[in-house]
Amino acid sequence: MRRAIPVIISTAGGLALLANFHTKPPGASVATAPASSTTITTEPQQTSGSPSAPTTTVAAGAKRTIDGPAVSTPYGDVQVRVTLDGTKIVDVQGIQLPFDRSRSQRLSQSAAPILHNEVLKAQSAQIDLVSGASYTSDAYSRSLQGALDHAGG
Amino acid sequence: MTRTPAVTPSARARRVEHIWGTAIGVDVGDAADDEVLDRVFGWFRRVDDLFSTWRDDTEISRLGRGELELRDASPEVHAVLDLSDRITDESRGAFDIRIGADPRVDPQPGRGPLDASGLVKGWALERAAELLLAAGVANFSINAGGDLVTRGRPEPDRLWRVGIQHPWHRHAVAAVVQGTDLAVATSGRYELGEHIIDPRTGRHPTGLMAVTVIGADLALADGYATAAIVLGDEGMHWLATLPDIEALGITDSQAVVTTDGFARYRTQ
Repeated sequence: MRRAIPVIISTAGGLALLANFHTKPPGASVATAPASSTTITTEPQQTSGSPSAPTTTVAAGAKRTIDGPAVSTPYGDVQVRVTLDGTKIVDVQGIQLPFDRSRSQRLSQSAAPILHNEVLKAQSAQIDLVSGASYTSDAYSRSLQGALDHAGG
Repeated sequence: MTRTPAVTPSARARRVEHIWGTAIGVDVGDAADDEVLDRVFGWFRRVDDLFSTWRDDTEISRLGRGELELRDASPEVHAVLDLSDRITDESRGAFDIRIGADPRVDPQPGRGPLDASGLVKGWALERAAELLLAAGVANFSINAGGDLVTRGRPEPDRLWRVGIQHPWHRHAVAAVVQGTDLAVATSGRYELGEHIIDPRTGRHPTGLMAVTVIGADLALADGYATAAIVLGDEGMHWLATLPDIEALGITDSQAVVTTDGFARYRTQ
């Protein structure tokens, strides 16, 4: 059973990055904690001295792995290990992930589906139509779709 | 009611009318005569007559007040209620058109005790697409306030390109998908404010700001997108378990989450 959960790591530069990680399959017993997905913001540089201070390993080349601090959630502690290539996150693995097993079990009896995560970007594009949340007629003329209609398709 | 017909040199027809409190645009790539477009918009007005929650005399309003027995309702109303029950079951109660009858929910203009707005737009657009296809129109798009269907191609040498609205930048898109026969529905908390209510709690959901569902049927896609918003942090996980759809979600923390097969539609 593989699944992915969005994780946000704030670095000293305030860089918010995103990546995938996968949990191990649940065992025969199912966790009883209530299920909820969690977005975790950690600031590893501010936790030095604490028992869960991050450890940094500088590997060959520019790649580094960093263990984030354990972060308490209502469902238990969460801790991730991130691999950086320069400033780019190339991998994130969950070290402690208590919150998602019962939900995976409940949602699907077969293999849990994979989700992909990325950072939201604002883009411009050549498009024919816009799909968006319902807007009122008043808002329509200000919307992207309105701009397309004025362009005459 | 405004009508804005426009014909380009390539014999393309476009008409936009304001119905259902939103704008419905039909863009026909083939040379379709006005009569066909008249019938399509006539259908949209019939749907408004049946399902508008802003008027007291529609079947959905009378059903909600108990003035109309279900057995006396139109086949269209039965079809929509059946679909609605299916989505309620599949979402384990995260989608429920009876939300307006919940005593925990404050009354609001336009929210009746029975309110099928979460899927009726998508359902009506599917029927409109069938109508156009039956009339021999093979290339067209219909967009009703951000929920849309496409068939064929906009031009012979390219696919329909659909931008997914960026929740925080009105003039930008968060992604672009393309294809021939698409059904794309988006629900979000960004345009009308916090108008979506969790039927299980009576509260406004958090976690997912917007969800776009691509599927074979726009009625289901429309309902699924709304249910996913209600499910919040669980929404994308739930959508990923459903067959025959792909989805893109934008979280409150401005992350984009996509189902595994979404990439096959995506160009940007």
